[in-house]
Amino acid sequence: MSGNGTGIGASVKRKEDQRFLTGRGRYTDDINLHGQLYGYILRSPVAHASIGGIDTGAAMAAPGVHAVFTGKDMEGVGGIPTGWLIHSKDGSAMVEPPHPALALGKVRYVGDCVAIVVADTMEQAKSAANLVDVDYQELPAVASIEAAEAEGAAQVHDEAPDNVCYDWEVGDKAATDAAFEGADHVVSIDVVNNRLIPNAIEPRAAIANFDPATDEYTLYTTSQNPHLVRLLLGAFVLGLPEHKLRIVAPDVGGGFGSKIPHYAEEAILTWTAGQLGRPVKWTCERIDAFKSDTHGRDHISTAKLALDADGNFLGLHVSTKANLGAYLSTFATCVPTYLYGILFAGPYTTPAVYCEVKSFFTNTVPVDALRGAGRPEATYLLERLVEKAARELGMDRVEIRRKNFVREFPYQTPVALQYDQGDYDATLDLALAAADWDGFEARRAEAAARGKCRGIGISTFIEACGIAPSAVVGSLGARAGLYESGSVRVHPTGSISVFTGTHSHGQGHETTFAQIVSDMLGVDFNAVDVVHGDSAKIPFGMGTYGSRSLAVGGTAIYLAVEKVIEKGKKIAAHLLEASAEDIEFENGSFTVAGTDRSKSLGEVALTAYVPHNYPAGLEPGLEETAFYDPLNFTFPAGTHIVEVEVDPETGEVDLVAVTGSDDVGRIINPMIVAGQLHGGLAHGIGQALMEECRYQEDGQLETGSYMNYTMPRAADLPSFSINHNTTHCTHNPLGAKGVGEVGSIGVPPAVINAVIDALRPLGVDDMTMPATSQRVWQAIQHAQG
Amino acid sequence: MPTVTMTVNGMERSGTVEGRTLLVEFLREHLGLTGTHVGCDTSQCGACVVHVNGTSVKSCTCLAVQADGADVTTIEGLANGADLHPMQEAFREHHGLQCGFCTPGMVLSAVDLANQNSDPSEHEVREWLEGNLCRCTGYHNIVKAVQAGAQAMGGGS
Amino acid sequence: MNDFTYHAPTSMDEALGALRGAEGGKVIAGGQSLLPIMKLNLAMPSDLVSLAGVPGLADIADGGDSVTVGAMCTHAQVAASAIVQGRIPALAAMADGIGDAQVRNAGTIGGSVAHNDPAADYPAACVALGATIVTDRREISADDFFRGMFMTPLEEDEVITAVRFPVPARAAYAKFANPASKYAIAGVMVADGPAGMRVAVTGASGDGVFRVAAMEAALGDSFSGDAVAGISVSTDGMLSDTAAGAEYRAHLVTVMARRAVEACG
Repeated sequence: MSGNGTGIGASVKRKEDQRFLTGRGRYTDDINLHGQLYGYILRSPVAHASIGGIDTGAAMAAPGVHAVFTGKDMEGVGGIPTGWLIHSKDGSAMVEPPHPALALGKVRYVGDCVAIVVADTMEQAKSAANLVDVDYQELPAVASIEAAEAEGAAQVHDEAPDNVCYDWEVGDKAATDAAFEGADHVVSIDVVNNRLIPNAIEPRAAIANFDPATDEYTLYTTSQNPHLVRLLLGAFVLGLPEHKLRIVAPDVGGGFGSKIPHYAEEAILTWTAGQLGRPVKWTCERIDAFKSDTHGRDHISTAKLALDADGNFLGLHVSTKANLGAYLSTFATCVPTYLYGILFAGPYTTPAVYCEVKSFFTNTVPVDALRGAGRPEATYLLERLVEKAARELGMDRVEIRRKNFVREFPYQTPVALQYDQGDYDATLDLALAAADWDGFEARRAEAAARGKCRGIGISTFIEACGIAPSAVVGSLGARAGLYESGSVRVHPTGSISVFTGTHSHGQGHETTFAQIVSDMLGVDFNAVDVVHGDSAKIPFGMGTYGSRSLAVGGTAIYLAVEKVIEKGKKIAAHLLEASAEDIEFENGSFTVAGTDRSKSLGEVALTAYVPHNYPAGLEPGLEETAFYDPLNFTFPAGTHIVEVEVDPETGEVDLVAVTGSDDVGRIINPMIVAGQLHGGLAHGIGQALMEECRYQEDGQLETGSYMNYTMPRAADLPSFSINHNTTHCTHNPLGAKGVGEVGSIGVPPAVINAVIDALRPLGVDDMTMPATSQRVWQAIQHAQG
Repeated sequence: MPTVTMTVNGMERSGTVEGRTLLVEFLREHLGLTGTHVGCDTSQCGACVVHVNGTSVKSCTCLAVQADGADVTTIEGLANGADLHPMQEAFREHHGLQCGFCTPGMVLSAVDLANQNSDPSEHEVREWLEGNLCRCTGYHNIVKAVQAGAQAMGGGS
Repeated sequence: MNDFTYHAPTSMDEALGALRGAEGGKVIAGGQSLLPIMKLNLAMPSDLVSLAGVPGLADIADGGDSVTVGAMCTHAQVAASAIVQGRIPALAAMADGIGDAQVRNAGTIGGSVAHNDPAADYPAACVALGATIVTDRREISADDFFRGMFMTPLEEDEVITAVRFPVPARAAYAKFANPASKYAIAGVMVADGPAGMRVAVTGASGDGVFRVAAMEAALGDSFSGDAVAGISVSTDGMLSDTAAGAEYRAHLVTVMARRAVEACG
């Protein structure tokens, strides 16, 4: 690998930027098809009701209206499936209630899809939707975990007694119990992981079309994983074979997990386009996005840590209740289980870990992955608990962490994972130095002189990314493999198209992957273009989430390039009248070892397509595809340190400094990696200090717009200090681990630990996320009595 | 139905609209200028920011008829041919964009600031961007880009 | 948004005529308050009458002991005005903190005052400074103008043309903003001016802007932050929402009042 100006390791400016900066991006809502109609989705205004009947007559008669469809019209079409089967402690399968795309018989959350009104314009469709007369016979609603598990609670689904979806566990309970019996100290904590609304700035949108000439459906949709949508929509909902269903996810304006799921609207639109024989377009209004994009997190947990007299961790016991919302979204069931419970070893050598998770249906928006997905929840709990343990044992909070670090790799945790590589001391040391940890007390004193309470907080963490080995996840209930495909097409004149099944919606794959390919093949960076987001162009793919694109998708491309080189060697050997074994490839040239006789990649490519003088038995063409199924998860790790100043009068928390020290594996483009870290940190800080989705008891969404759901703004955040200590992943050839979720996983406990540290002099020793000014002020009032 | 005429990116453009047609709808749907985005319906995200008579406004909170006769600049009109505007170039140079959706509004908001202040402090940039939400970047690189872009504009024009 | 008939008059007479001829007409100035509520169908006027083409409404005049701000002056214009900065710097600073940059570029003082949002900033400035609201037909003192949430004495066809602010000896505004909407949770304008010592609060009460007599009396005795720091306002009638309950709001009123006094220098 050359490491040149555009190669691996270089901060190459992004290929994507020219079009985005000049307004030439092509997002779903920018696409218009000839003859398209507009579909408006009528949503339930109530959280739980039986539908007595729906009268669509007046709406049908409204100007411009072509059709109104309800659940009854779509009866017989498959429901929206979920992608992961979880088994309970007793071996029983989770409860998997039907999820009709358009509500049938009942609505189960505010925002549930009730009807689609199709008209010549969106305004007409929306106006006509007001005329659809739905007889909602309201039922009691359960809008929280507490309400769902209460005695005599209303039932969200008849199939799910007590509103329970599953009661799952991981780890050795007996061994963990034994660890507690022999412990010198037991430290307990109760934490809530606040419910969040993802809020990618591009609202979801879709356009569906049916071509009667080919019997082919095309759906343009705001998705992180078009092939996954094709699989779910085609095989499970509409019963369409893959070759008759094309999914295009063009430029997508951010995902953060909320554009992973296959949504009801995608099924409704596609089915409607087939019914009408015309393209139908839908763009979600933000106000509807709040109540229809999948939400994230929403856990209530209690946990305890067993320690010996020296502060060594002996055992960890975690009990969590998770809110899944009204229906099971695509990855809903694995987020609070296999993306959560198996993270509880963290970077520590805790020998016995047990985690149980009971999940509930509620009359709220379905909950699914959100940046970090399960791992932020685990990290938050663990790092709050470790912090509390240090305090209760009177130990230094850095030393208690360091004392328990994993140092020998590979390391088999007691909860399934095997860490391949890491150096947690190095990331910790780097963070402490970068944050001037040792100089903090002077800063605290200086702030106190100004009437401000200054605090510092830390979290040390690992992630499991690069999702995921298919055999492993399959044994755990995944209904898909989580490999990735990559194709490399060397064109006759030497330019290159790279096809990836991952999807870029901000991550800069078009640049990063081009760097890998141009570096490996020794061709000009600008001669390489990356194609993604179209099931008709890409062999297959599982998409982008779980910080998997580089480690899994990048590796597939890497392997495809290796195949290209191998084939190129055969062609070059023929041209050079040498043996293929003697051909070396470097810097774009095939050379006979030990000689100066060589052929360029361009010459080889041309030969491959104009095979006048060509090896016998070798296929023409120079294009290779590789599927890569990872051997293990990857394990990025890091230390985050946050410094805050609290105004005790108002409760405002001012973020003074945020320091990230991360091991994300090999870095292809440092500029892009830093950007990913910044974004994740902002998201994690948003969770810790600002963002909170709240429902009223009746299931009405209380935080349903930017007027009352706080998004992090520029002035809420400081500039970040980003530091790297790199170890390479041992099981993929790039050595890559993943970076997209780091910030949102690592930083929330550091923020809250800092806030508590700041407030401890005032008698405050606990804090719930988000630490809003009102909550901080109330905590101070309470502590001061 | 009212007819509106305005200068958009230096060209006179006319169209027949409804009274309720928003400026952003006129730009996107009548003129096909889809670089201006809509990210919310409560005038907060700033993805729709354009310049009307030289200052930045939210085109989702402006009627097309209110812009009748105005001089409108959208993201498509900022670059000079193939040459990026200095603020666009600064965003590229400093990786001030990821998914690109907030970018047009962010850039046009930044240009408005730079027109008033060629050397804004980090604090001034962060305060100015209150009306522009970004979910990708954590604003870190946007702030750097705006500062660099403002200086480039001050030095260059 | 429901459709409506749009009028672009070029004189006040024409504007008034259009309003009188409409079944449910409304004036549109910058549209930063009106359009958001129209998009939510919380307002559905039959006609919108724009003041943008009516001359003479966007001037700022120094009247010696007062400053008159034309109704169509944007917040950005007020914030940047040398006259306002020189004579009533607290007003310029307040205008500079309204909404965000784009709202300030489009939103107007006339529109804000006419809308009388209980969380808007201008009502506090108008009441504290003892401003006069000037309309096409009369002058209304701020004390009589802000009559509870979204309520004003304006006639259906009455148009604000300017707001006249007496120049105070000293004044300052301190705001605690809702972290999501950025509207005031508690915004307090303190003014020591021709109208006497005034403390006007916006954002906190469901009835809109209100004065705090106890604080005004205390400041009359001793103009210092300490004078108001111990004075709390009742939680009765305080707004309560996800960002701030009544008790927290009431507390913030006191804190912001003290900070405004201290900012007066």
